[in-house]
Amino acid sequence: MSGDEPLSRTGKVDFGGIVKEVCLAYVPEAKVGDYVIVHVGFALSLVEESEAMQVFQYLKEMDELAGLKEGGP
Amino acid sequence: MKYLDEYRDAGTARQYAREIARVTTRPWSIMEVCGGQTHSILKFGIDQLLPQRITLIHGPGCPVCVTPLELIDQALEIAARPKTIFCSFGDMLRVPGSRADLLSVKAAGGDVRMVYSPLDAVRIAAENPGSEVVFFAVGFETTAPATAMAVFQAARKGVRNFSILVSHVLVPPAMEALLSSPQCRVQGFLAAGHVCAVMGCAEYEPIAAKYHVPIVVTGFEPLDILQGVLMCVCQLEQGRAEVENQYARAVRRTGNPAARELISQVFTVVPRKWRGVGEIPKSGLGLREAYGAFDAAKKFGLTDRAVAEPAECLSGLVLQGQIKPPECPAFGKNCTPEHPLGATMVSSEGACAAYYRYRGRAAEVTV
Repeated sequence: MSGDEPLSRTGKVDFGGIVKEVCLAYVPEAKVGDYVIVHVGFALSLVEESEAMQVFQYLKEMDELAGLKEGGP
Repeated sequence: MKYLDEYRDAGTARQYAREIARVTTRPWSIMEVCGGQTHSILKFGIDQLLPQRITLIHGPGCPVCVTPLELIDQALEIAARPKTIFCSFGDMLRVPGSRADLLSVKAAGGDVRMVYSPLDAVRIAAENPGSEVVFFAVGFETTAPATAMAVFQAARKGVRNFSILVSHVLVPPAMEALLSSPQCRVQGFLAAGHVCAVMGCAEYEPIAAKYHVPIVVTGFEPLDILQGVLMCVCQLEQGRAEVENQYARAVRRTGNPAARELISQVFTVVPRKWRGVGEIPKSGLGLREAYGAFDAAKKFGLTDRAVAEPAECLSGLVLQGQIKPPECPAFGKNCTPEHPLGATMVSSEGACAAYYRYRGRAAEVTV
């Protein structure tokens, strides 16, 4: 990461092996090691680790719900 | 790559498909708004995994595709000027205007450059003080923060030879325009995840309520889209019409406050013409008065002229979800990515390009 001013802060982002310099002005909370969503050279959002597995949990919950209904009175 | 590969897991995708089939009791038509989602759907064959009763309608979320012909002609006019460097995202270079495209202006000696970021164009302007540098600012809310930053930095650094030809568009007014049309078949939406990463989800709530239509903010990977469809179908089956967020790993309810702040500092909401759709009120971003010196249309005294679309191109109907690309008589015949009639066949987010690339020129309609 480099740049002192929040609006000109940049950082190196690794896209599965390809490293690019990206503007971090819109993710002031970003730290080294974070995952970010990047669009046209700008990080727009941090990937929220606690939400990352939600797509798998949802299916499980649906499954359990269906099981409850089938097993119900 | 982490946060990518896991969302392409085939086993989980099949589980989702089974779950969708289980909860579906009647036919539903769902529009995925973003062209990035359309490409994912075609590339991974998600439409073929779904039960036949679920129809995915491809939305207008391709910024290059909805940029009006008049504006492309203006771009060509600027790009052909002497001592001018015209910068654009790569997608736009091969989109046909009424007579030519940017690549042919380049071939004729114009200085047309492909850039990755709007900031690259500001840097080129600073390095070439003897030339006018114009950036073709095309995009949805996802790209607006980048353009806003380019103008903001050019103003702050006094880069006066930089300007932008603005064609920024906004998603929610386009969804409303679609829903207001009597031909509208859309019963639920998968909203564009990255647009919402910037703008948040709140502006979709009045739309969901007014038109009683479920809106699920959805990501771009196969499992994201399948979960988005499942959430949308569940709402439809239960008679709910709410805004839900499938893409919570990237989208917060309030979006990105810093990005929204700079967008509203640099831009103001304006009416905008959408190619193939027509003018939609309050559906675009234009530069505020304070940044008027960076407006290329003003700087070069360009005037808006109405230009007729080629009659054989049905991209307007494709963009509104009224036909699928293979239903167009020109598809794969006199319209191909090498010789496109319309922008939907060129852009990496265009629906026609997606069908051509992933289903071939003989793609058949299965609906």
